[in-house]
Amino acid sequence: MNGPHDMGGFTGFGPVRPEADEPVWHADWEPRAFALVLAMGMTGSWNIDTARHARERLPAMQYWRSSYYEMRHHALLLQLIELGLITAQEEETGRMSVAPAPVKRVARSGMIPAILAAGGPSDRPGTRPQGFATGDVIRTRSDNSDGHTRLPRYARGKRGEIVAVHGMHVFPDSNAHGHGEDPQWLYTVRFGARELWGKDTRDEVCIDLWEPYLEPV
Amino acid sequence: MPHDGDHDHGRKPELSPIALRVRALESLLVEKGYVDPAALDVLIDTYETRIGPRNGARVVAKAWTDPGFADWLVRDATAAIASLGYAGRQGEHMVAVFNSPETHNMIVCTLCSCYPWPVLGLPPVWYKSMPYRSRAVIEPRVVLREFGVEIPDGRQVRVWDSTAELRYLVIPERPAGTGGWDEERLAELVTRDSMIGTGLARMPA
Repeated sequence: MNGPHDMGGFTGFGPVRPEADEPVWHADWEPRAFALVLAMGMTGSWNIDTARHARERLPAMQYWRSSYYEMRHHALLLQLIELGLITAQEEETGRMSVAPAPVKRVARSGMIPAILAAGGPSDRPGTRPQGFATGDVIRTRSDNSDGHTRLPRYARGKRGEIVAVHGMHVFPDSNAHGHGEDPQWLYTVRFGARELWGKDTRDEVCIDLWEPYLEPV
Repeated sequence: MPHDGDHDHGRKPELSPIALRVRALESLLVEKGYVDPAALDVLIDTYETRIGPRNGARVVAKAWTDPGFADWLVRDATAAIASLGYAGRQGEHMVAVFNSPETHNMIVCTLCSCYPWPVLGLPPVWYKSMPYRSRAVIEPRVVLREFGVEIPDGRQVRVWDSTAELRYLVIPERPAGTGGWDEERLAELVTRDSMIGTGLARMPA
């Protein structure tokens, strides 16, 4: 989808403002919002790709106006209500009025270190043939699908070179929509800034792209 | 813990709308039994006090002093970094990219805010901001100037857009005049921004 999250190449958002000695949090509610997002993720009610897609589906102006943790809070609400884990009315009152829905797991405090240490690796044993190799020149597809994709808009229909092969990884375009992990070969593809932006420079952008995004040249 | 302060209704009567919404949601999710409040405290403490850019600085300092380790980072950064005890969530698949006189590397996530948590902690606000996410790929040299970094024309800038679950760590160049320094002393020169590529390692005083 051509969502508000797909930021690469936009202008008009002003300068980057680095903050000296930046604290981890900028308000007392931020760590709570952060931890709620993580803890609800640990219930196994969704995967990382559905969570990203929820953020992308926020109204564009809300996405751009929100601070990062506000945006995460809004996307969390969207998921909780869509999945029937809470109702909009419960969100309003902060009080339970509907019995809890079953979840796969509740992360107790003692389980957190092991859950964080395990993480969520996305590589999968591969059985598909590998379509490309390092050094191959490819062109990215130029789709405007309604669904989730990790092919940024600025890199669609562009010519690049495979510079690394990473094995097979969960395919977000499928996994975000509950269609299974559908593992695909993952490559790092190098694009010249001249190809991407028409700029007279030797600078480059490297992007990690799954095989279905790529066509041979 | 901030948790205790949050629930001290007497002292902080005027909470912002978002603070009220987050507090209400926490109460609801705890009441529904989806979330253990003690687990929230552990999560916050982990990323507030235990995991941060000092981890990454140790990786860089070791790469500067131990060619075998640097070579391991090139071949299998995930395993090399895990050997120092840094692994797990948002660092499952690590790639180390080395700055050189020919190339300056810089990391961004244009689509969300992917960042190598086990080595750098949680990302700074600017990394997650619209200006950085939008401009790092189209005008990296202008963005670098906003950090006070000027890359010579002859040196290529290579931007890595973290679109998959690979997480990137920049290994900055070792500053001159640090011959014979041990890892601990070198690590003091490694800033967070130098490992994102929006800064350089500090020069020795």
